[in-house]
Amino acid sequence: MKTRINEFAFKLANANGTGSASANSLIMQAIFRMGIPVAGKNLFPSNIQGLPTWYEIRVNKQGHTARTATFDLMVAMNAETYARDIKEVPPGGWVLYDSSWPLTLSMLRDDVTFLGVPFAKMCAEAFTQARERTLMKNIMYAGTLAALLDMDMQIIDVMLKEKFGKKPALMESNKKAIVLGYDYAKKHFECPLPIRLEKMNATADSILIDGNTATALGCLYAGVTVAAWYPITPSTGVLDAFTAFCAKYRTDKKTGERSYCILQAEDELAAVGMIIGAAWNGARAFTSTSGPGISLMNELIGLAYYAEIPIVIVDVQRVGPSTGMPTRTQQGDLMTCAYASHGDTKHVILLPANPAECFYFAQNAFDIAERLQTPVFILTDLDIGMNDWVVPRLKWDDSFKPNRGRVLTAAELEALPKYYRYSPEDELGVAARTLPGVHAKGAFFTRGSGHNKLGCYTEIPDEYQEVMDRLTRKHAAAKTIVPPAIIERHEAATFGVVTIGGCDLAVREAMEQLRHLGLFGDFMRVRAFPFGEDVEEFLQSHSTIFVVEQNRDAQLKSLLTLETRVSKEKLRSVIAYGGFPLQAKQVVDIVVPHLRQDVAQEAGQ
Amino acid sequence: MSYIKKPAVRHPSLQANALGLTVRDYEGAMSTLCAGCGHDSVTAAIVRAFHELDTPPHLIAKLSGIGCSSKTPTYFVSGAHGFNSAHGRMPAIVSGAAAANRELTYIGVSGDGDSLSIGLGQMAHAIRRNVNMLYVIENNGVYGLTKGQFSASADVGSKSKKGEANTQSPIDPIMLALSIGATFVARSFSGDKAALVPILKAGIRHKGLALVDVLSPCVTFNDHEGSTKSYTHTRKHQLPVIEADFVPRRSPIETSQAPGTVQTVTMHDGSVVRLHKVAADYDPTDREKAWSFLHARAAAGDIPVGLLYIDEKGTEMHAGNKTVAQPLSQVPFEQLCPGSAALEALQQHYR
Ligand SMILES: Cc1ncc(C[n+]2csc(CCOP(=O)(O)OP(=O)(O)O)c2C)c(N)n1
Ligand code: SF4
Ligand SMILES: [Mg+2]
Repeated sequence: MKTRINEFAFKLANANGTGSASANSLIMQAIFRMGIPVAGKNLFPSNIQGLPTWYEIRVNKQGHTARTATFDLMVAMNAETYARDIKEVPPGGWVLYDSSWPLTLSMLRDDVTFLGVPFAKMCAEAFTQARERTLMKNIMYAGTLAALLDMDMQIIDVMLKEKFGKKPALMESNKKAIVLGYDYAKKHFECPLPIRLEKMNATADSILIDGNTATALGCLYAGVTVAAWYPITPSTGVLDAFTAFCAKYRTDKKTGERSYCILQAEDELAAVGMIIGAAWNGARAFTSTSGPGISLMNELIGLAYYAEIPIVIVDVQRVGPSTGMPTRTQQGDLMTCAYASHGDTKHVILLPANPAECFYFAQNAFDIAERLQTPVFILTDLDIGMNDWVVPRLKWDDSFKPNRGRVLTAAELEALPKYYRYSPEDELGVAARTLPGVHAKGAFFTRGSGHNKLGCYTEIPDEYQEVMDRLTRKHAAAKTIVPPAIIERHEAATFGVVTIGGCDLAVREAMEQLRHLGLFGDFMRVRAFPFGEDVEEFLQSHSTIFVVEQNRDAQLKSLLTLETRVSKEKLRSVIAYGGFPLQAKQVVDIVVPHLRQDVAQEAGQ
Repeated sequence: MSYIKKPAVRHPSLQANALGLTVRDYEGAMSTLCAGCGHDSVTAAIVRAFHELDTPPHLIAKLSGIGCSSKTPTYFVSGAHGFNSAHGRMPAIVSGAAAANRELTYIGVSGDGDSLSIGLGQMAHAIRRNVNMLYVIENNGVYGLTKGQFSASADVGSKSKKGEANTQSPIDPIMLALSIGATFVARSFSGDKAALVPILKAGIRHKGLALVDVLSPCVTFNDHEGSTKSYTHTRKHQLPVIEADFVPRRSPIETSQAPGTVQTVTMHDGSVVRLHKVAADYDPTDREKAWSFLHARAAAGDIPVGLLYIDEKGTEMHAGNKTVAQPLSQVPFEQLCPGSAALEALQQHYR
């Protein structure tokens, strides 16, 4: 086989709860430190122990790090899934397996190379405790992979020191396992394989981080002081990280006093209620949840919208409806978030594509929410939230001052003859708010019931409509302050492609593959709702537009037809919603026949 | 609803309090509840309690859910910040508000539907969290605003206006609160302002959640013969267990009562509640004994009233969280944002 350097993928098949996760991320991190673009996708079950779990690692010197469709090497460590794992390897590929027990003959193939290492046997000989034997098997295959793929052992050494420097016993056994695995491979196989790694310099200015951590960091830097939540996969990591950051940066070293309050609520109804209360009272506050939580929050989201209270809701999407597949990814909450709650409601949604955008959008979300005095959603997904991504190092400008929107100070209130909550409005359609306790003149009655522009209770049609119409203007004004779409045009383009969020990398890769086929298109990734003029203009300027998204009902496409001037006929859906991150192949396979059909039709006319 | 202007709630002397404010200054908009509704009497007691405590109106945050009872914050302290939220969700909203600013005085007004049906979970968890607030349930055994359906506090056998008897066992907020660690539990009757006002005052001063269940008859849907939440039934069956006196900080404490029947509890700010034991063997600081006593009396058909349980040593939400003294909403951004150098350093861990 031809040598392929820094351009291959491998998959690790394990059983859940056996400690494979730390070995897998060690491998991934080592490749990252070798300066090579890399991505790891954890395909895990909704289970604590025992069920099969896979980890996919793709290295690609061109930077294509979306999920890939083919894996050159299968690390088959779970006998239960041997059959399907072995079947998945393309001809010419490799299977690394535990040869402590023989493989079932029927599973053997003669078009792939089997690399047997007696991991269990070696562990039984080298280690005495049962748990250690299970755990060290993982680190041992990491050692084998290091030899097979030519990983930098020095880097691995440093990483082990960082991790276990303070725990010499653990350090010792990990080291031992790595070396055993490494030496076995060197002795029994021709190392390295034709697919192998070589140091590059593509990640020096990058970090390896998951979206949930980055979101939490954005909230921290935005100045959030109150967070409320109810645990739910895949969003739990946001609050775990936020809690850890607050413990580190917001706790007085001497007194132990905290300049934050994190409330673990009894459910999502309460979680959103708490942040509404906190935001009403002047704190920056957020909650983080997933689809089922959004469903529960609906009623109070309407309250925050109508009473104009600036809250931020992070939705790390998973596969729905109902409990769905809680450990799989999807973009199925777009519609429900866009119009969450009963009656006429419309919200602002930010759509990050990767952990770096999670950080910047999270930080920005609070400015937008407070400027517009309205709920802002940050829609990420399990793939962005829970997987480690290579992204450019995060930057912070120390001159940043949060934009708290229109909030009257005691002095401003003192100078006012009389204060009314919902008028006069500014060019964004926003009226000044006051915070409880600041000044006697600022007191008013916040209500979810019908109110007029003065903030008084009303049941009069015109007065009610006047306020609702202003809320429409406010939502439209959001277009001017949300992040613009990312648009990349090609001079020979004959079609457009629109996508959102975590589809970004797969779609870009697909478009490159299309270019190799002579099919040129323009690219647009929408980064917020409502859609700005840039989105309108892109849609107007193409007659064929593919809308790529990860849900069954083409929710982005629907939203575009509802909320822009685009004619429905121009839009074609490219959807994949089975629960795994999108692959370029899935896009190419749908787009190519469409375009070829168009060409054929034109030719026939 | 009655649109006839009712006589304004008026303190006999219209005396100014320490802030120079009269009772008038603690009133709110004109009530739109039915004439004779128990809730209006609770409103009047709240007005008096805040006036007598000299609380600056704009430092009061008054919140509620949905229901006739939840409308009442409009009718008291118009100078306070108000929030009429959603059905059963007031406890969470107060929790968040209190998290953001620990300096304001919080009062949450709710109904038996709002707190014992749709909002039961939120009420229970606010109690567990021990949010620093006065939590008033205006309890009438029915959903007033949706026209008289039984609520979860309706007693077995209590009859609806149409004569149908309730068969489901009631949720008693007092017993529930005691069993989940509430630190201040009281029951009173809207028709007995003299007893209610000191309880409200003590509840406002209590550090933590003060639950006050006020029997507050609904004249329109639940004040008839056969209802156990009517004025007549409540008057007849209420059993004063503890009568509370609230003595603000620095006032001399007189002891006119025979020793042994009065128990005093000093509150966080130095105020004192004097608890006159009407039932001699009752101890309002012993949770287990209080629970057993109340349980037995309720089973016998009595309605025990008074400041039934108080624990000034409980851990209030912010104490549990070790929150800084300054309200979180006022901590300057510079203290909240770790800055670029910290971000740079932190990112070494993500290499
Ligand atoms: C989600 C929701 N469901 C139902 C209602 C209708 N509703 C309004 S008030 C109420 C009951 C109020 O009863 P209670 O809290 O006892 O107050 P009361 O009117 O008796 O004082 C109901 C069911 C609502 N507002 N919101
Ligand atoms: S319906 Fe009942 S609870 Fe509602 S205002 Fe009338 S008397 Fe009061
Ligand atoms: Mg009621």
